[in-house]
Amino acid sequence: MRPGSAEEAAALLRELAEAKPVTTPPAEAGSEARQEGRAVRPRGGGTKDWGPPIDAVDVETGGLNRILEHNVGDFTAILEAGVPMAEAQAAFAEHGQMLALDPALNGSATVGGIMATSDSGPMRHRYGSLRDLVVGATVALSDGTLATSGGKVIKNVAGYDLAKLFTGSFGTLGLIVRMAVRLHPLPPTTVSAVGATDDPDRLGAAAVALAAQPLEADCLDVDWRDGAGRLLVRFGSAAASHQAAATVSRMQGLGLEECAAVDDDDELWMRQRVHQRGECILKVSGRATDLPAVCRAGGAVVGRPALGLYWLSLPLARPAASSPQPTPSALDAEAVAAARAALSPRACTLLDAPEALRADAWAAPEAGALVVMSRIKERFDPARIFRPGTFVGGI
Amino acid sequence: MVPSPTRIVGSMETLVARLREIVGVQWCYTHEHQLRTYESDGLLQYSALPAVAVLPGTAEQVQKCVKACADAGVPWVARGSGSGLSGGALPVADGVLIVTSRLKRVLSIDLANQRVCVEPGVTNTAVSSAVAPDFFYPPDPSSQIVCSIGGNVAENSGGAHCFKYGFTTNYVCGLEVVLPDGELITLGGQELDPPGYDLLGAFVGSEGTLGIATKVWLRVMPAPETVKTLVAFFDSTHAAGEAVSEIVQSGVVPGAIEMMDRVAIEASEAMAHAGYPVGRGAALLVELDGAERECETRFEEVVAVCERCGSDDVRVARDEAERQLFWKTRKAAFPAMGRLSPNYFVQDGVIPRTKLPDVLEAIDVLAEEYGMVVANVFHAGDGNLHPLVCFDGRNEGEAERAEELSGRILDACLEAGGSITGEHGVGVDKKKHMPKMFGEADLDAFQRLRCSFDPAGLANPGKVMPTPRLCGEVPGIYRQHPLEAAGLAERF
Repeated sequence: MRPGSAEEAAALLRELAEAKPVTTPPAEAGSEARQEGRAVRPRGGGTKDWGPPIDAVDVETGGLNRILEHNVGDFTAILEAGVPMAEAQAAFAEHGQMLALDPALNGSATVGGIMATSDSGPMRHRYGSLRDLVVGATVALSDGTLATSGGKVIKNVAGYDLAKLFTGSFGTLGLIVRMAVRLHPLPPTTVSAVGATDDPDRLGAAAVALAAQPLEADCLDVDWRDGAGRLLVRFGSAAASHQAAATVSRMQGLGLEECAAVDDDDELWMRQRVHQRGECILKVSGRATDLPAVCRAGGAVVGRPALGLYWLSLPLARPAASSPQPTPSALDAEAVAAARAALSPRACTLLDAPEALRADAWAAPEAGALVVMSRIKERFDPARIFRPGTFVGGI
Repeated sequence: MVPSPTRIVGSMETLVARLREIVGVQWCYTHEHQLRTYESDGLLQYSALPAVAVLPGTAEQVQKCVKACADAGVPWVARGSGSGLSGGALPVADGVLIVTSRLKRVLSIDLANQRVCVEPGVTNTAVSSAVAPDFFYPPDPSSQIVCSIGGNVAENSGGAHCFKYGFTTNYVCGLEVVLPDGELITLGGQELDPPGYDLLGAFVGSEGTLGIATKVWLRVMPAPETVKTLVAFFDSTHAAGEAVSEIVQSGVVPGAIEMMDRVAIEASEAMAHAGYPVGRGAALLVELDGAERECETRFEEVVAVCERCGSDDVRVARDEAERQLFWKTRKAAFPAMGRLSPNYFVQDGVIPRTKLPDVLEAIDVLAEEYGMVVANVFHAGDGNLHPLVCFDGRNEGEAERAEELSGRILDACLEAGGSITGEHGVGVDKKKHMPKMFGEADLDAFQRLRCSFDPAGLANPGKVMPTPRLCGEVPGIYRQHPLEAAGLAERF
């Protein structure tokens, strides 16, 4: 289904909510009784198959694809959810502006999908994630309500911040139909400083030391694969070259090797973004000081050490011809469990993964917080149609 | 000494006795002379006396106090330092006031991970002091010496530097919260992106209506290498506004850009004696902070822009003392107006920055229509206006007219695509304006969130929402209950 306007989306959702539940394959008694309408799954570009799978109707946002406002002088924009991120960025770039958010773009990822999954990239180091850039949102709920919160100005404390609540809600509260965002100037030029080491502890110590410097870097990333690590720091300011050169000498002082400034650095950062996706990606909500432990958790790593966020890419097991048991997916589940155990008590979310593994995508929230989250789900999705049962704690 | 009468009547006695047991008799105020201290927050035109004010000393005591209120069905209001400007901490008459001022411990500092954990009564300045000199806590409301982090969390406080650095919500990564039913829960912690819904995003800025924070984890940042500040004078706010637009368009993100109009300059100068020229149309304070080389390059650009936009008087702060003087003059604007006018109302409207000339002109026209003086001080970078509507409350009807004028200024902000409040909050003061900004469905969505945290409606009732609402049952589409279908039960 593909609504062409916010109003149409709201009406459509209400219809689905009132539809008779479809006959679902026998599940646990509890889960089937709780399902009320026809389950729906909001879908943008279809580039992020994250969270447990569910038999649901796709509500596609492809018909909601207009850039409603780009207020150049105010550095704000209002976008419909189905606008492809690449298209929005191209439109902003014409005026020397950007939405300061750079997740890996597989084809046609939409701004709505990025908001629903709270996806981000290296620029998060300086500009935060979409939750920090969204200043308003309109959502369609399962009872047909179309509700707007926030506004289109960059500073505003009137009313509750529902835009943040919906950012990272993975399509389980309602359909994001529209958002207002703050924009930033495109950097005039970029230069990066890079330094390497194959010692996870040295890498971690250098990351902590660089993060503590008043560098005002746009990005500060780590890359660890095949036993070799690098730190990458990107500057986009008027004095980028100077900053990068100074950072190179700091890196040398911190015991990093092969330290160099890179002028033509797009490729470098594209790789960081691409490595955030893969066959089996575990996102770690950690600390700067966790970096060595994450490097030792059995996979390749990219991440934002200053923020304590890492994406651990675990290798998938290949079917072995000689011995059919245990199955590859059982081995993969073990590998994920082992990585989670090694990084405990940090929360690890499984993003890209084979379908069989995604049933166990989430880390458990604190029990009391989960109670509030369940109540929020009940009140915002009273018909319980938005990907029911697929979010944290079976919400 | 004859004790003043207490505010305790009837069934409240039981609750007060329980509160005394929880916090100790000396931290439980019931006499009128004690309660007067708490009858208003920073917005003095509203006042109400609670039946009792409690000052818990631990999170556990806060939890027990809230639980006692929940059991008794008595509404309560949380209060930090009481410096808010929207009546957000105005007590519920004959309700309970929970004051966090004794909860002022810095619990942990982890500079390697750039995190601090504090109790809610810690002042904003104390957080930066705790991590100085290498780090700082960016949100800096002008009341930062006294205002508490708990209050900042409730109001999502900003400050002069939020154009570059963002607001409280961008720096809170964890909260320990007592829910209105008395449950103690933890949202997030030292790490970012905790699993589940972004309850931190929902809670920060909820104006004390979702619960009370008892522990706050904050992100701190490396202190900037250098700071450079200038003040430029212009013939008109229009010209100064042009300069602001050009600076921002050129890609410079200043730490702060503050503007004062003619009336505000004169009033502030009379108090701060910074040698500002009287009679100029506008003063623009621009501050760049960050890496040394970057600041120097950009600062030259800013000076050039100011001159190009018509400023013939650009003063660069030569040292920290002069920088402080510039800021003192800017911050003197509010108290200084008190010397020019017996009373004034402060508004907090926001507009898209490019609408600045239009809205300032509209304010001029309104001021003339009402025959009143309006001084303008504002955070120009993010379009947050603070028009000060001057009046003399001793003249009959003048306060009402000033309030009406204030309301019409907010209307002008909304017409320009803005907001009724940028940083002071809705509280009790601006709730009547909420329907101008939000429709019924929007307000209903707000209520869904509020009810998820506070189904009984006991936390700071009467604030934010324009009309009182009850939570009731979880809304849902009617479905026949299996017992109804089987003919075993009926609905009445």
